[in-house]
Amino acid sequence: MPRTDFHSPDYYQIDDLLTDEQKLVRGAIRDFVNREIMPIIEDCAQKAYFPEFIVKKFGEVGAFGPTIPQEYGGGGLDYISYGLMMQEIERGDSGMRSTASVQGSLVMFPIFKYGSEEQKKKYLPKLASGEFLGCFGLTEPDHGSNPSAMVTNFKDMGDHYLLNGAKMWITNSPKADIAVVWAKNEEGRIRGLIVERGMEGFTTPETHHKWSLRASITGELVFDNVKVPKENLLPLADGLSGPLRCLDSARYGIAWGAIGAAMDCYETARKYAIERHQFGKPIAGFQLTQRKLAEMITEITKAQLLAWRLGTLKNEGKATTPQISMAKRNNVHMAITIAREARQILGGMGITGEFPIMRHMMNLESVITYEGTHDIHQLITGSDITGISAFK
Amino acid sequence: MKILVCISNVPDTTSKISFTDNNTKLNTSGIQFIIGPYDEYALSRAIELKEAAGGTVTVLNVGEADTEPTIRKALAIGADDAIRVNAFPKDAFYVASQIAAIAKSENYDLILMGRESIDYNSGLVHGLVGELLGIPSVSPVMKLDVEGGKAVMSREIEGGKEIVEASLPLVAGCQEPIAEWKIPNMRGIMSARTKPLKVVEPASVTDNIKLLNYELPAPKGACKMIDASTPEKLFDLLKNEAKVL
Ligand SMILES: Cc1cc2nc3c(=O)[nH]c(=O)nc-3n(C[C@H](O)[C@H](O)[C@H](O)COP(=O)(O)OP(=O)(O)OC[C@H]3O[C@@H](n4cnc5c(N)ncnc54)[C@H](O)[C@@H]3O)c2cc1C
Ligand SMILES: Cc1cc2nc3c(=O)[nH]c(=O)nc-3n(C[C@H](O)[C@H](O)[C@H](O)COP(=O)(O)OP(=O)(O)OC[C@H]3O[C@@H](n4cnc5c(N)ncnc54)[C@H](O)[C@@H]3O)c2cc1C
Repeated sequence: MPRTDFHSPDYYQIDDLLTDEQKLVRGAIRDFVNREIMPIIEDCAQKAYFPEFIVKKFGEVGAFGPTIPQEYGGGGLDYISYGLMMQEIERGDSGMRSTASVQGSLVMFPIFKYGSEEQKKKYLPKLASGEFLGCFGLTEPDHGSNPSAMVTNFKDMGDHYLLNGAKMWITNSPKADIAVVWAKNEEGRIRGLIVERGMEGFTTPETHHKWSLRASITGELVFDNVKVPKENLLPLADGLSGPLRCLDSARYGIAWGAIGAAMDCYETARKYAIERHQFGKPIAGFQLTQRKLAEMITEITKAQLLAWRLGTLKNEGKATTPQISMAKRNNVHMAITIAREARQILGGMGITGEFPIMRHMMNLESVITYEGTHDIHQLITGSDITGISAFK
Repeated sequence: MKILVCISNVPDTTSKISFTDNNTKLNTSGIQFIIGPYDEYALSRAIELKEAAGGTVTVLNVGEADTEPTIRKALAIGADDAIRVNAFPKDAFYVASQIAAIAKSENYDLILMGRESIDYNSGLVHGLVGELLGIPSVSPVMKLDVEGGKAVMSREIEGGKEIVEASLPLVAGCQEPIAEWKIPNMRGIMSARTKPLKVVEPASVTDNIKLLNYELPAPKGACKMIDASTPEKLFDLLKNEAKVL
């Protein structure tokens, strides 16, 4: 039976705040991760191999677009359930969570929110089932933190659009069937286009030699005079707010996901510290080790409460961009700090693939960078509380 | 085919067990309850049979209202509807009598259960239900196929396998690898919200067993480590301290 003895740390009885259904969702995804991801993930990460079969499996279990209404193939679940799913998947691996986040929050969400009825019917059920894999193209080689300066653009050619430019660091791109691409029109407004694999002039070269998210596949999107049918324009997204709303949704999932990675590191370190003896006693008996573990569980507990409250606000339609930004920044920073401390507790064993910590730690270097770097999120909070933007 | 799957609501296998009320009650605080793992295999096989040949799968639990999350999970995995007999499952005979009372009027072709519950581990309920209904009961069943009104089953026995055939209706106590263990998907969890869960009051059953109290196994003593270079010390301890030599 794939069930393992993993119980998520719950120092403040936060489980009491969850509904039976939310716990059922968490348990199902936990079992899924234990069965499908845990047995292969270390090997995939070591070999920098994207386990493509997981896309269909994610579709079957319902990990893609769980908050999208069921009529479009989504799960119709609430945001805390979605958060718990991301937590469980990222307990397995941030790269696997990235695959699911991008598909749900960055591909299905914009089509659902900004797409026409035809686009929703055409793409959402296939994305939900995992028949299609999607990617999201915002970042460019010269425009990362400042996407509003993007140069990718399209021209109205009468019966179609002509798309030119390039995107970089795009999760899922080399295997994606469709890409939601953000580009400027002739008036310089940022709009969204659905670009399909096979369109002439559209290529997706893979980015190699990553030390992070090695089980997730990353690449570029290159558009060389790509003819995009007019019906592939997302009619309801106009301006930078389009992609930014998508990022809100994905960042929300990351705020929960990071807790999963942190839990795995913490539990691994706690168990190891109790079993490992030096100087005649378990290393968990030394004050310095206890301090590390005590800080970890404290930070995890705070992050859980932050995520739960944010989820409640999200369910009520009240979560703001700066609130989501704060949770993403805090929780990812919490996770990467725990990963680094946990690795030290394991001594030399901590650097091996026998334990998941180093993999989580390396993964989290991407997580703290994508969807807005840690520093950019500080500026979002700073701007929100002072009324002065420090971006420029 | 009309299938009934009886599920127990049992503490997670990793739970720390303790008792309250002078050792007469399980202390349920902090314990996570799950569908009995063997029962979950029975449920998975029932769903496979239904998917292959059509029919319905009903889950039945004898338990109080707090077992409903477990029942919902069974519905999320794929059962069509559920019955909860609103009673504390006092003992195997009590549970079996309740199951038989329901099954009498419903004409199930198959009544599937786990080979045993994982809390009390009696392995009795299926046999009792078979007896109470006057139909065959077989356990532990590791393979079950239905053809032409008959079930062909394989049981593991000491040193080999036994293949048996029985006419329907019948009761089977199941265990792995009878089916692939199923994880509920999100669609299933959503549809479980609205699947029917009927609560029925228990049939009256004479109490013939009374629980006096529980006892935990004696705690394990501390482990003494002896250096491999001093086997005589081990001998001394075994002889003079443990007094087993
Ligand atoms: C593995 C991986 C997957 C990714 N997947 C996707 C994807 O699917 N789709 C997509 O569109 N993008 C994706 N990205 C891109 C990611 O969002 C960007 O890397 C990120 O936004 C940062 O941009 P940059 O790398 O260009 O860094 P830069 O913007 O060049 O930033 C470099 C440094 O400068 C700092 N900085 C920048 N501006 C300021 C400022 N105003 N004040 C203070 N400090 C500043 C940053 O905080 C950072 O530390 C992915 C990235 C990675 C690593
Ligand atoms: C908190 C708590 C306290 C309990 N206290 C007692 C007690 O004091 N004494 C006692 O004997 N039992 C007690 N039970 C009930 C116990 O969980 C079993 O349901 C019942 O005793 C039958 O167990 P068994 O080992 O005899 O079942 P087995 O014969 O081993 O079970 C075989 C199969 O029967 C089915 N089955 C078993 N129980 C049920 C059920 N309740 N509803 C539907 N199908 C079922 C399952 O498919 C199971 O795999 C308690 C349960 C709980 C949750």
